[in-house]
Amino acid sequence: MKQTIVRNVAELPTFGFGPRSGPWWGAMGFMALEGMGFAIAIGTYLYLYAVNPTWPIGASPPDLWPGTVEAALYLLSIIPNEYTNRVAQRQDLPRVRICLIVMSLIGIVLLVLRGFEFAHLNTRWDNSAYGSVVWLILGLHTTHLATDVGDTVVLAVLMFTHHAKPRRFSDVTDNVFYWNFVVLAWLPLYFLLDWVPRL
Amino acid sequence: MSMAADDRELRDESLDGLQLSAQLERIWRTPSGLLGALMSVDHKVVGRRYIVTAFAFLLLGGILAMLMRVQLAGPEKTFLSPDKYNQIFTMHGSTMMFLFAVPVMEAFAVYLVPLMVGTRNIAFPRLNAFSFWMFLFGGCFLWISFLLNVGPDVGWFAYVPLSSLQFTPTKRADVWAQMITFTEVAALAVAVEIVVTVFKLRAPGMTLDRIPLFVWAMLVTAFLVMFAMPSIMVASTSLILDRLVNTRFYDSSSGGHPLLWQHLFWFFGHPEVYIIFIPGTGMVSMILATFARRPVIGYPVIILSLIAIGFLSFGLWVHHMFVTGLPQLGAGLFTASSMLIAVPSGLQIFCWLATLWDGRPVYRTPLLFVLGFIAIFVIGGLSGVMVASVPIDTQVHDTYFVVAHFHYVLIGGAVFPLLGAVYYWFPKITGRMLSESVGRWNFWLAFIGFNVAFFPMHILGLIGMPRRVYTYTAEMGWERLNLLSSVGAFIFALSFALLLANVIYSLRKGARAGDNPWNASTLEWATSSPPPPHNFDRIPVVKHRDPLWADSESLPVVAGLSAERREVLLTSLAEAEPQVREASPEPSIWPLLTAIATTVFFIGSIFTPWAVLWGTPPMAITLIGWFWPTGSREDEA
Repeated sequence: MKQTIVRNVAELPTFGFGPRSGPWWGAMGFMALEGMGFAIAIGTYLYLYAVNPTWPIGASPPDLWPGTVEAALYLLSIIPNEYTNRVAQRQDLPRVRICLIVMSLIGIVLLVLRGFEFAHLNTRWDNSAYGSVVWLILGLHTTHLATDVGDTVVLAVLMFTHHAKPRRFSDVTDNVFYWNFVVLAWLPLYFLLDWVPRL
Repeated sequence: MSMAADDRELRDESLDGLQLSAQLERIWRTPSGLLGALMSVDHKVVGRRYIVTAFAFLLLGGILAMLMRVQLAGPEKTFLSPDKYNQIFTMHGSTMMFLFAVPVMEAFAVYLVPLMVGTRNIAFPRLNAFSFWMFLFGGCFLWISFLLNVGPDVGWFAYVPLSSLQFTPTKRADVWAQMITFTEVAALAVAVEIVVTVFKLRAPGMTLDRIPLFVWAMLVTAFLVMFAMPSIMVASTSLILDRLVNTRFYDSSSGGHPLLWQHLFWFFGHPEVYIIFIPGTGMVSMILATFARRPVIGYPVIILSLIAIGFLSFGLWVHHMFVTGLPQLGAGLFTASSMLIAVPSGLQIFCWLATLWDGRPVYRTPLLFVLGFIAIFVIGGLSGVMVASVPIDTQVHDTYFVVAHFHYVLIGGAVFPLLGAVYYWFPKITGRMLSESVGRWNFWLAFIGFNVAFFPMHILGLIGMPRRVYTYTAEMGWERLNLLSSVGAFIFALSFALLLANVIYSLRKGARAGDNPWNASTLEWATSSPPPPHNFDRIPVVKHRDPLWADSESLPVVAGLSAERREVLLTSLAEAEPQVREASPEPSIWPLLTAIATTVFFIGSIFTPWAVLWGTPPMAITLIGWFWPTGSREDEA
């Protein structure tokens, strides 16, 4: 078939930020399906809550402080996270490096806090269906947290190597975007795990 | 933002004709040798592997079906033991649903969607390779377990409490549950790839109302996968946890609830039916347009129907649970929604009939399969409306009536379009035509065999034959219809043998296809058969919904993409305006290594919870290897 060139795209950039980039949409897709996973887990919790006459079953509600401290820290982390986004958009490598280290540290602190939260759930996974679903939900979110922290650490290391090329800034903004999802997912889960048993 | 980073870069506008093809082929081809083959990230290579593997599982699942039909051909036969029979019907259902029907549709999408939207590779090609390996390993895991007599025997939906540790103390239920995890990971990965490919990699000018109907169908399917499959992953994970570390999700003595399983399963399981059926409708729309020699009537109606079906499919799951003692309001609601979904399905059928009516149909094999689809699917749809009604469902629940119904829907709705699709796209994929005369035999044997095999099951169900029984006594009076059904099944199987023979013969001796043997209208036919590694020498510009019919002589294209590294063109979501020239990944061994590490993790974790601990580091290492830049130009742009 004869080809007729009708336009030239040579002047287009080789990477983009946000909805202009492919990986951003990939992150969006994974957030959608993982968000659905959380929704199903929440549904499971509420189903078991509805069919059981007492709730929590044979346990007192989780201690409030670990989840609450986490929620506060998550909300505060949005500030450095958003700052990371801005310096990455500006392709400011020295500041991106610092920000990624800060975000890695925040993530690690949250992982440690998560350890305390498991210890203060006041139920084991095999005590009752209540314990099972609480551990499932917390485990699910911890997997997300750990994955994103791992990603942030690797990205931080990468930005200190000679691979810190312009398009990596787009990867940094995608990581920022995903962190917001980890934060947003935590808020309803925090309410569900820590407050619903107290209703 | 850095504009056109390196001006000395070789661009496609400075090359022409053969020179350009050769250059692009050099940078896009899969490396040679075994290692090269294992590293491939070409969507066509991965798609072909996916298709062949899915058909291999169809063959295996089909053999199991034949074994069951031998056992049921007469009363009190001892061909299969009850235990073997339980494993076989579970393996048949699980294989057909999880290893054939869903993957084969995604496989065709992996191959065809990038070609249809006019791009060079699928979005996230390495994820695509990873998805295939996960699917392959999950399927092998299930089948090797079966051969070792650890095949699941709890039905394809593995209801608790039967699948709980108490009633299935062996690993059989775990094998089923973890096979689910494998295949869902694979399916979810492809779903995200399809969504991003359709959203961002469409050729310039392919606005939303110019997207081919198969691509629309796969887009809707991808969203269904993304929102349905998390449910079954939560279900299968919680089942494994109950069995491995004594969680209590389904243990009614500790606050768990067996019906929770059914909700989680069917919240996935009902959209699953549409995950299989919607791609089939997409294939039908494409084939119909080509062979009716006119665009499908009601393009927007079909798209809106697809989307409506997508939404409604999430509101039907409880109709699988009508006999579990639901509140009447709930039953009424789900009856209504189950009947409602027949409306958009019916709209599509009327659009297709109108297209045939108004067109000048050419009755080649692909169109025959489409006509077979319409006949069989309408029968399946009608029995579906019957079982949507609670009183009828209560009577026929767990009988062969239901078996007949869902085989009419699934084989009619998905396998017939799929066989049509094989005949239709085989020339594109292989460069050769399938034999038309064998194709006609194939169709008629399939159509007759199918109906002889499955229509009697309606009657068997109505006269009381339950599902999943390994035998029956002579005085039940089910003997003749069962024998008839078994004869039909063998005719149906023969049609697949013919297909296989046709494929093997035509691969060597089939007539050369040329670029566009059917004179079709969509972009996959604008390139050679089989397409070169880079799909198109230049990315097409789309100005019409049926670009090759609008202008069959010349193809408007864009220039300016790199000719020395892998690059794809990203366009905007609605208008498909060019935005970015983005690098596309090079071949890599890491997706395979990641899949191996994940497989070790998954299989280990049905035996010991510690697998989560020692299984994670290899996965993390392989993932880092996957994403770490190699210093090639692709990475450093």
